[in-house]
Amino acid sequence: MTTPSMLAAPEAPGVTARPFRAASFDWFSFLGRGATGLATLLIVAILAAILGNIILVGAPNVSWRFITTGTATDMFDVEKAGILPMIFGTAARVILMTLIVLPAGVLTAIYLTEYAAATSPFTRIIRGAVNNLAGVPSIVFGLFGAGFFVQFIGGHIDSLTQPEGAGAVWGKPALMWASATLAVMTLPVVIVATEEALRAIPQGLREASLALGATKLETIVRVVLPQAVPGILTGAILAVGRAAGEVAPILFTGAAYYMADLPKTLHDQFMDLGYHVFILSTQSPNIERTRSLLYATVLVLLLLTFLLNIVAVVIRGQMRKRMRQLQ
Amino acid sequence: MGLKRGHRARPLEWICEKLIFLVSLTSILMVFLIFVFIGREALPVIFGHTNTALVQKVIPLERMDQLGPAELQEYLNLSPAQFKELDRESIRALMEVRVEYVKEHSEEPDARINTTSWRYLLGPQQWAGYSKPEYIWQPVSDVPKYNIVPLIIGSLKVTLVALVFSVPLALGAAIYVSQLARPRVREIAKPVIELLAGIPSVVLGFFALIVMATVLQRVFGYESRLNALCAGIALGFSVIPVVFSIAEDALTSVPRSYVQAALSLGASQWRAAWQVVLPAALPGVFAAIALGFGRAIGETMIVLMASGNASIVSGSILDSTRTITATIAAELGEVVFGSPHYRILFLIGVMLFAVTFLTNLSADIIMHRLKGRLEGRR
Repeated sequence: MTTPSMLAAPEAPGVTARPFRAASFDWFSFLGRGATGLATLLIVAILAAILGNIILVGAPNVSWRFITTGTATDMFDVEKAGILPMIFGTAARVILMTLIVLPAGVLTAIYLTEYAAATSPFTRIIRGAVNNLAGVPSIVFGLFGAGFFVQFIGGHIDSLTQPEGAGAVWGKPALMWASATLAVMTLPVVIVATEEALRAIPQGLREASLALGATKLETIVRVVLPQAVPGILTGAILAVGRAAGEVAPILFTGAAYYMADLPKTLHDQFMDLGYHVFILSTQSPNIERTRSLLYATVLVLLLLTFLLNIVAVVIRGQMRKRMRQLQ
Repeated sequence: MGLKRGHRARPLEWICEKLIFLVSLTSILMVFLIFVFIGREALPVIFGHTNTALVQKVIPLERMDQLGPAELQEYLNLSPAQFKELDRESIRALMEVRVEYVKEHSEEPDARINTTSWRYLLGPQQWAGYSKPEYIWQPVSDVPKYNIVPLIIGSLKVTLVALVFSVPLALGAAIYVSQLARPRVREIAKPVIELLAGIPSVVLGFFALIVMATVLQRVFGYESRLNALCAGIALGFSVIPVVFSIAEDALTSVPRSYVQAALSLGASQWRAAWQVVLPAALPGVFAAIALGFGRAIGETMIVLMASGNASIVSGSILDSTRTITATIAAELGEVVFGSPHYRILFLIGVMLFAVTFLTNLSADIIMHRLKGRLEGRR
């Protein structure tokens, strides 16, 4: 009973009917979706290849003895050499760095969130400086550390405290200067993480504290900061994870090719895991024979930095969940 | 009025707040200090106060007594402290050595050239024994040659390879993860890709040097095992998480309503992402690429280990390459403090810092404006 002319929609004058879209297969969407999905997959595959290679080759060579003995007399000796001095050196420099960077980073974040007007040009300048610091190449930090900390500060300490003609004590590469250089490098990491934590704290908590008669500083110290501890911790761990694997900034500020003893004072040089990976990769007398040593060292370094990163991610996740409950 | 007296009533609090303010200036101070202290070491080269010519002016021994101590010290290239320790006899001996030295070298064709002047840092020069003018970085030789053109070309070449390899991958993944993937896939893919940023660059360098170089050589069958291609791809691994994070952030900050509007008009998810979200977030994508560029040109350990480090001028990515960063890392440990070579390494450091500073600054401004626009602040 229905005729074709009744099914067709009445046509407005001047508009031509177009065929229904879904009738033809949308190649453009299909290819776009496929290409971007493939890109994602490829990146994950690259990551898996790198990690897989290092874990599979490295794991059989990591032993308790390897981690807990020194370098013996020859650091390329596959049977006897261990990496305890490098683990010690890397740990010492990141701990010292944390002690320097945490107060500076946390106080800056407190100023930015609690005191500064959000839109003032001055705040913009601080933020710009923080962002810029985050993008400075690590070798430039190395140059800066050598020129500023070692030559300028160290040199001046020496000229003030040492008798004339005595050898350099502070005016040479040292644990202290490597840590200070890394602290400058990781400052943005701590600032950004702490700021995020402080901003997530509900304004109501601060207002309640102020309403009860607490001063602004008391509010910050007693109410705001305790809530922000997980965030500050995340920042510190991320900074340590970033710094633990960095080699370029410590090349001229403290890392030693080889040392018979562990560093005893802040003005000693130290051996370092990342730098040791570099040495084993490029200076080995026989790369095939020391391959097992190299892979084991890389695996330890990678585990160290990855564990730190994962711990930071977990703490941050917990913190965000708790903050959502508070709000 | 009583409200305003708060600070004066509690001096300790006032001091603490001023202290917090002062500490917050640290980052500004540090950026400033980096410029000052790297620039300071490079200044003598920038203003042409260094001289590496083997043959310089000679003062005859007889005139020694007519010169003041300051002039003698400058003539012998000594620091004030070194000069103070020398007695008359050793100064005389040094002057004799100088006269001998100059006599010995005066026949050599390149001996009168100050290789640290800008002309020789940037322009080609036909050195003795070469058949045509060339750009040469050869800081340890009788006539040290400090032409920085090979290093700049090397850095740009490796950076270009890294960007060509990583930007399409990272942008594709950013579009997929932020617009197309199901929430469960998204929640896994994002942290996994960002995990790539957690791999220390020395480990990526190791991987490129020990594993990738061999594989790539076997696949492409080229001659030099370490080259710009190998270093560039490894460098790309470290650029991917940078470009991905920023681009993903920019794409995600495009309001959801844009997509919903496109979908309701009958667009597919991909068309909405490609034709609506991507154009809206385009400045952010540029910022991501700029930051990726800054990361790539400043990366040190990967290129130091995987690029082969031969400072030759060549357009081919299959040749061994030496970059600015690798040069600083490889040579600063061995130079004499305060020597022309030392100063030139700081000079290329300043150039590197200036380039990354400008890239970061423009990326920062672009992102700020983009977010302002998308959130309707403008």
